[in-house]
Amino acid sequence: MATNNHVMENAGDAAHGASPIQPMHQFEIVDLIPLELFGVNISFTNSSLFMVVAVLAIIGLTLLTVDGRATVPGRLQSIAELSYEFVAKMVRDNVGDSGQKYFPFVFSLFMFVLACNLIGMIPYTFTVTSHIAVTFALSAVIFIGVTVLGFIKHGIHFLKFFVPSGIPIALMPLLVIVEVISYFTRPISLSVRLFANMMAGHTMIKVFAGFVVMMGFAGIAPLALIVAFTGLEILIAFLQAYVFAILTCIYLNDAIHMH
Amino acid sequence: MEPEAAKLIGAGLASIALAGAGVGIGTIFGNYLAGALRNPSAAPGQFPNLLLGFALAEATGLFGLVIALIMLFVPL
Repeated sequence: MATNNHVMENAGDAAHGASPIQPMHQFEIVDLIPLELFGVNISFTNSSLFMVVAVLAIIGLTLLTVDGRATVPGRLQSIAELSYEFVAKMVRDNVGDSGQKYFPFVFSLFMFVLACNLIGMIPYTFTVTSHIAVTFALSAVIFIGVTVLGFIKHGIHFLKFFVPSGIPIALMPLLVIVEVISYFTRPISLSVRLFANMMAGHTMIKVFAGFVVMMGFAGIAPLALIVAFTGLEILIAFLQAYVFAILTCIYLNDAIHMH
Repeated sequence: MEPEAAKLIGAGLASIALAGAGVGIGTIFGNYLAGALRNPSAAPGQFPNLLLGFALAEATGLFGLVIALIMLFVPL
């Protein structure tokens, strides 16, 4: 992200001529507390800040709201309980009973991605998940973890995962190659899906916001569209967190139960 | 051709990928609706699969959009 300022200069020129709209400006990473360790830039950035905010929001939601342990839950306690049950059902349906011990992992992932996506919907905040560095780090952890888990559970037999059953021997080499390629594209598709959805949505809203400014009084039409898009984006924010968690469950299931 | 013009044309071409996403999302919701009207009692059970299919179909189109945005905004 060192070239970010340069990107911003280009953004206005390339997309909108001389117009002042910079749809990519919102993704800029700013160092809040510059830090350096052994020549590596580990500055506390606005991205880090919003990750901290997201984690604090989750901790607040899950710890403080269930403090009263009301039999008839209030609104916040309901949210905490519903999200717990939602993820627990997802894990139970997709991984089975032996997957229950991975519930904390899936729950943390789901809540983190959901909190980051939803906090990003507030104007003037930073969307952590709109950067491929963040989403790829998450999906790489899942990919490596699931692969290691598969080898621990099944030993060398985990390699049978790449050999589809019930097909002619002649086709075998081709299909094994296809299976291996599809396995190794998992972390890429998992991360790009989340990052692309968040970035495309936020860019789209910002481009339409530029139309509102440009069109003057007639800008009420794109303004109405933005309201609709914002609703859609909140749906997408939830949906992408859901898809991220459910694909993690599916990958876990593959590693634990093979095919 | 000027490199700038080629960049813009390339970005436009990459956006065509979204047509596929449109077809995919339409197919998924259309077929879900058709199935749900035939057997309404089975519809709620398939709702998670509907959302999963929607997200997967939309993502493939967005891969193309990301290429377009990279062409427009990332200096090479």
